[in-house]
Amino acid sequence: MDDALLVVLLLADATIRVATPLVLAAFAALYSERAGVVDIGLEGKMLAGAFFAAAVASSTGNPWLGLAAAVAASVALALVHGFACITHKGNQVVSGMAINILVAGLAPTLAYAWFRQGGQTPLLPGEARLPQVHLPGVAALSGIPILGPVYRELIDDANVLIWLTVLLVVATHWVFTRSRFGLRLRAVGENPSAVDTAGLSVTRLRYQAVIITGVLTGIAGAYLSTAHGAGFVRDMTAGKGYLALAALIFGKWRPWPTLFACLLFAFTDAVQVRLQGVPLPVVGVIPVQFIQMLPYVLTVLLLAGFVGRAVAPRASGVPYVKER
Amino acid sequence: MAQDAAQGVTGRGFGRPGEAPGWVGYALLPLLNLLAALVLSGLVILVIGENPLDVLALLVTEAVGYPEAIGYTLYYTTSYIFTGLAVAIAFHCGLFNIGGEGQAYLGGLGAGLVGLALTGWPWPVAALGAVALSALFGAAWGAVPGWLQAKRGSHIVITTIMFNFIAAAIMTYLLVDVLIRPGSQSPETREFDPGVWLPTMDRALGWVGVAIPASPLNLSFLWALACCALFYVFLWRTRWGYEIRTVGRNERAAVYAGISPARNIILAMAISGALAGFVGVNEIMGVQHRILLNFTGGVGFVGIAVALMGRNHPVGIILAALLFGVLAQGGGQVSFEYPTVNRELVMVIQGLVILFAGALENLFKPRVEALFRRRSGGHDGGTAHG
Repeated sequence: MDDALLVVLLLADATIRVATPLVLAAFAALYSERAGVVDIGLEGKMLAGAFFAAAVASSTGNPWLGLAAAVAASVALALVHGFACITHKGNQVVSGMAINILVAGLAPTLAYAWFRQGGQTPLLPGEARLPQVHLPGVAALSGIPILGPVYRELIDDANVLIWLTVLLVVATHWVFTRSRFGLRLRAVGENPSAVDTAGLSVTRLRYQAVIITGVLTGIAGAYLSTAHGAGFVRDMTAGKGYLALAALIFGKWRPWPTLFACLLFAFTDAVQVRLQGVPLPVVGVIPVQFIQMLPYVLTVLLLAGFVGRAVAPRASGVPYVKER
Repeated sequence: MAQDAAQGVTGRGFGRPGEAPGWVGYALLPLLNLLAALVLSGLVILVIGENPLDVLALLVTEAVGYPEAIGYTLYYTTSYIFTGLAVAIAFHCGLFNIGGEGQAYLGGLGAGLVGLALTGWPWPVAALGAVALSALFGAAWGAVPGWLQAKRGSHIVITTIMFNFIAAAIMTYLLVDVLIRPGSQSPETREFDPGVWLPTMDRALGWVGVAIPASPLNLSFLWALACCALFYVFLWRTRWGYEIRTVGRNERAAVYAGISPARNIILAMAISGALAGFVGVNEIMGVQHRILLNFTGGVGFVGIAVALMGRNHPVGIILAALLFGVLAQGGGQVSFEYPTVNRELVMVIQGLVILFAGALENLFKPRVEALFRRRSGGHDGGTAHG
């Protein structure tokens, strides 16, 4: 009984740790896409964040400076995306793709030139990584049957960015349903000319949205290299940016369903790791490659089956041209 | 497309008085965009501590400076023509095919299975078989996302990306557990019988008495050029091509004209996948002579840049593929000469070219066109609109 509980808790713990960068990236895209700017450049912005967080944390020993550098780099890329898509009305998918390819080349190039370790940063020592939050009363609660282990395994010693992500989810819900800014963002993604007629700047609102996207993807990247991992390795995002985008579409561009989709993908990933090499009833041992492709197959099936024709924000992907 | 609409609203259609001549749009602006991308690449090279001019000079020399290098450059160009055409035909149907990588990977599987099966047969049979099966495998891998987009409304960008990951997993499984050469440690098949190898260009030209240095360039280069011609005829001279372009321009108008968007989306994606699949003929039948892991190495993504720079037209695609061939061959050589430069530098340049040629294509347009208006005199100074 206790063993079963522990397995469930460890699985839940792994799910949360894997879900965190997905949630950050998916919510980042939520702001951008609800404002009408499609962003498939999440992958690149996360990778840039991961690299600069690790590079700065490694040279200064301070993970917070790393986090700041990650956000700065990611926001810079978000501004490039904004400059191309909002100011110059360029193709948004192409711009996102360009950013992904650019960073996939740039991060290892810079890492190689600065650290000479084959495109990686050095392994970060404990104090150069973002800390876990240690909560009081673990020992005191330990004796209580279910609550004790749950508190010990799940809630205590979570990384500081996991708590930030929890905060972000709640805040985002509030922003999109209650705040003036959020309602305007939603409006600019549905009907920019109405927003323009109301005397608000479409350009300004969309730039604000992509900057928020940049901040959040930067944090997601920093999580990968300085909280979850201990340093930057090449291609460490490994498709998480694309999965986050799929989660956003699966969540129909709404905060809570998107969170749920991220948790589902993270759960498949956590299960995937545990299933490797384990014989299953009836089918036996499944080759590891098939287990690894579970999240991707799941994405395709979910998008094809459950979502059906997903309704994107109406002005999504369309540059706004002011009437003359 | 959206940009077309934007241009319409701001009154920059063709044939207006004071409009810049055609070569500005097709040659000058792409060159300016390319130049901007190269300048920024130079800055990156400066940041990693090398002299950009030296690096770029070496890059060009190593790509086109001597006959053997040209062979290598054209070998890269071949694959880029295939993926460029693949992205372009999807573009003409209004679709963004990011799945060229996976389609090329499975196309290589198709070509490779032919190579493994046809031991003892003459190479022309193997070549035809490889073309057919790589097209079939690539087309299947492209058509499924097309079908999902057309019938189920799944976002084609997301599904093609997922199909890239799934293709990679399937190929890893096949090479590690099924097709691996018995007793071998590295995940690759046995080498094909030399009789079925696609002849290299130096060998083929040797038959007619022309001697060129040996390089991986093989007969699939000619097939790539043929595909460009077929692409042109299909898209602009046949009814199917017309239907595909109509769906891409205006889906609702297409429906009104009795054209089925769903059928054309699936058709365009199948052709797109088949074209990407031909990368397998070049790589597997022409050069590697065995199926191995990750032989595609990003050609699907480069195809996006090639199609964008080539304005989705076969002639433009050949020129853009040449440019990226130069980058791939020259960039690889540069990384041997400079200890601080690694192969990924090529991806930086590619990314910047996509950014400037694709997403920022209108960056210099207003200024350049204003320049031409001023030069052509005052009689058309105030283009009437609004």
